[in-house]
Amino acid sequence: MDTYAILKLVWAGILGVLFIGLGVMVGMDMGVGTLLRFVGRNDGERRTALNIIGPHWDGNQVWFILGGGAIFAAFPTLYATSFSVFYVVMILLLFSMILRPVAFEYRSKADSKHWRASWDGVFLISGALPMFIYGAAFGNVLEGVGYHFGWTGQYYQDESFFSYLINPFAILCGLMSVALSVYQGGVMLMLRSEDPIHGRARRYAMRGGVTAAVLFVIGGVFISRLNGFHLDNGNPGMPANPMQGQHVTVSIGGWLENFHLHPALWLLPLLGVSCMLLGTMMVKTNRPVLAWWIGVGSWIGTICTVGSAMFPFLMPSSTTPDQSLTIWNSTASAYGLTCMLVVASIFVPIILSYTSWCYYVMRGKVRTADVIHDNHSY
Amino acid sequence: MDLINPDVVDLSRFQFALTALYHFMFVPLTLGLTFMLAAMETVYVVTGRKIYKDMAQFWGKLFGINFAIGVATGITMEFEFGTNWSMYSRFFGDMFGTPLAIEGLMAFFMESTFVGLMFFGWDRLSKQAHLAITYLVALGSNLSALWILVANASMNMPEGAHFDPDTMRMQFDSVVKVIFNPDAQAKFVHTSVAGYVSAAMFVMGISAFYILRGKHKAFAARSFRMAALFGIISTVAVITLGDVLGRLDYEHQPTKIAAIEGVWHTTNPPFEPWLAFALPDDAKQENHLEIGVPFVLTPLVTHSFDTPVTGMIELEQQAGPHIISGIQAVSALHQYSRTHDAVDLEQFRAHEADMGFGFLAMRHAPNQDVTNIPADRLASVVQQTEPDILPNVFVTFWAFRIMVFLSLWFFAVFAFSAYVSLKNRLEKNRLLLKLCMWSIPLPILATEFGWITAEAGRQPWTVFNRLPTFLSASSHGVGYMIFSLAGFALLYSIFIAAELFLMFKYARLGPDHDAHETHDTHLSIVPDGKSAFSVASSLSS
Repeated sequence: MDTYAILKLVWAGILGVLFIGLGVMVGMDMGVGTLLRFVGRNDGERRTALNIIGPHWDGNQVWFILGGGAIFAAFPTLYATSFSVFYVVMILLLFSMILRPVAFEYRSKADSKHWRASWDGVFLISGALPMFIYGAAFGNVLEGVGYHFGWTGQYYQDESFFSYLINPFAILCGLMSVALSVYQGGVMLMLRSEDPIHGRARRYAMRGGVTAAVLFVIGGVFISRLNGFHLDNGNPGMPANPMQGQHVTVSIGGWLENFHLHPALWLLPLLGVSCMLLGTMMVKTNRPVLAWWIGVGSWIGTICTVGSAMFPFLMPSSTTPDQSLTIWNSTASAYGLTCMLVVASIFVPIILSYTSWCYYVMRGKVRTADVIHDNHSY
Repeated sequence: MDLINPDVVDLSRFQFALTALYHFMFVPLTLGLTFMLAAMETVYVVTGRKIYKDMAQFWGKLFGINFAIGVATGITMEFEFGTNWSMYSRFFGDMFGTPLAIEGLMAFFMESTFVGLMFFGWDRLSKQAHLAITYLVALGSNLSALWILVANASMNMPEGAHFDPDTMRMQFDSVVKVIFNPDAQAKFVHTSVAGYVSAAMFVMGISAFYILRGKHKAFAARSFRMAALFGIISTVAVITLGDVLGRLDYEHQPTKIAAIEGVWHTTNPPFEPWLAFALPDDAKQENHLEIGVPFVLTPLVTHSFDTPVTGMIELEQQAGPHIISGIQAVSALHQYSRTHDAVDLEQFRAHEADMGFGFLAMRHAPNQDVTNIPADRLASVVQQTEPDILPNVFVTFWAFRIMVFLSLWFFAVFAFSAYVSLKNRLEKNRLLLKLCMWSIPLPILATEFGWITAEAGRQPWTVFNRLPTFLSASSHGVGYMIFSLAGFALLYSIFIAAELFLMFKYARLGPDHDAHETHDTHLSIVPDGKSAFSVASSLSS
């Protein structure tokens, strides 16, 4: 295999890591946002919940920004096509995302009950909706998306957005993603809070873990009845151009083909489901640290299952399958991928180390009494 | 092939301009305030005087209110490249996405992670460690600006990339050329320093308000002086670097500089006046009511006394042959995309440099298809395309002038304020204090107009001379655009209302701890109310 093909593969792997990082870190914060009104019965308790992720949510959100940036830089065609084809959904995601930073900073800065209740509502929407869309997007992509390209590289959409928004498989994937984020957020709340928040968070985390496991299994059955795509002709080192050089066939259950070819891949969905269940047990037995790390495992299992089912596809076209976006035809140039690989290998370890240091500095329980008297808290 | 709907292009442009200008209301303040916070905290750590900690915490609170919307609206920009400018993102993503991703890895991550510690870590970190965190936030936000402007510069001066007919897009080939793009360097310093001006005016104006009200005097006087000195240095830097940027435009974007200066006909050095006032008429291609300062234009723009500035009408005429050659380039490219024939590739290579002008001509070609223009229509297509190479002159000309006139005003306000503050005569100059207060929004306005100058002046291109704006948009329907525009209008109105409400609330409340007021009732910073000048001269004598 030539260098360009290896670079493409490496970047597909990095994309997977970013998706997992996004699920774990952003998902955790979003879960706390979703649970805010349920784990906190009064203003002091809600502020406590917010301040548990207060010092970290901004940094965590960069996983999301970086996910977008990395797709833009490493898979420009995928970025251009997916963001445009999903226009309405993406704009909804954007709206719910941009409300969050403002809600964090503004909620506790005025005393009025209405003011705080309104921002609490914003936390619910901007916690649950983005995670729902995040999961639903994976569902949509698995089903194939209606688009084709003109000769200049301009994409054209072949389906209305209603077919993406309202379809059972996407909704199932969206709900699963919300469940996982509720799990991760609940566990984080358990880690750094005392009763009554701790007890409530524990209950929601358990519900999240079990729901995710059930939906994951149903999703697996669903996939075996969906159209899957197969790359007949098209090679790893090809020029990154989706307009030509590929032949693709579509068949029901096609997404399971990779699993039939390499049965070891079954370990991935197994990892996902067992982490969801094992994590729930850890929550039940009050071991939130372990439960948090097992939660990472369930994200790894989920994302890697989708990735290996679709490989090498990124976003198949349901109306013009030959123009489907794959790892081979939608990356940046070899030079661009190399540059970014160098930058990423320098900065990712740095980022991970200072992020961990921040969590270390802010360790310990957050107490409602302290939050109310602290001028710097949310 | 579907045709590009000009309404969707216009609506996409309107949406991008709206959201970018909105984002840019908050960014300059962030850039400058982070450094001012770091400066205040440094004085605190060095002298141990608590009043400087109060300053850092109070201005830090206002910073937080501003920072939140800055971050939120920044996400919008990243989305819009994909959602609204998909052809651009595909064509240029290799090049533009890279600095954007590096910005995330190197700068934005650092800024966002440490901003949490900056707010929450006061009691958990040592003084020195907290100070280091504050500097890292300042460094992060400014590095962030650097990478964004590197990305922007690659659109204004596309260097370090070439077009690849096999992938139908620009491919990145030199990271060194991208980073050391002279446009990026000049624009970064100009823009970030403009942010320092905004922050200085913000701190100075609110401090002036306290002094006028007779509240938090010691606190306000210190903040005022620090801001005035920071402001005067920044304003001088912003003007000097603006000149460097103008000179670069003269070399690389002649259409932009001609529009900025309202030069329709190639100038006749050295007498040419610099137009302080004029009403450029885009349709008739002339200026009305010109008022100019003789001899200034040539040295100002060209840094010489004998080099002419090419006029817009001449630039238009020069574009004709490029448009014809560009049409041949695009036709050959289309042919090559079907045949992959070496002959077609050779034909494309012969005209490659003018490809962008071929794309530009698409708008006027029958069915937007330049590959099939009947011989008798060619001349009219070229003729219709020629005026398209010019930006909107009225907008570019006036956006630039408003920016320049405002920066002169800032120079005067900061210089006078610094002098009066050092003389310890602030309380007596109530008019000056009021002017400082009313000037708070003006630097933000000036940076907005600076941005309009740079971006409106780049038209009709998204990637200068390579990809026209109208071709860059996504192929959406008008309905989608109305949906998103309505959403932005609603959300952004709520944001600005909430931001202003909190800003006014906390600015009125003032710093939390007024304990030092009892010990420190003087407005003066130096002992006995003496002027800083007299203290300095007594020290030196």
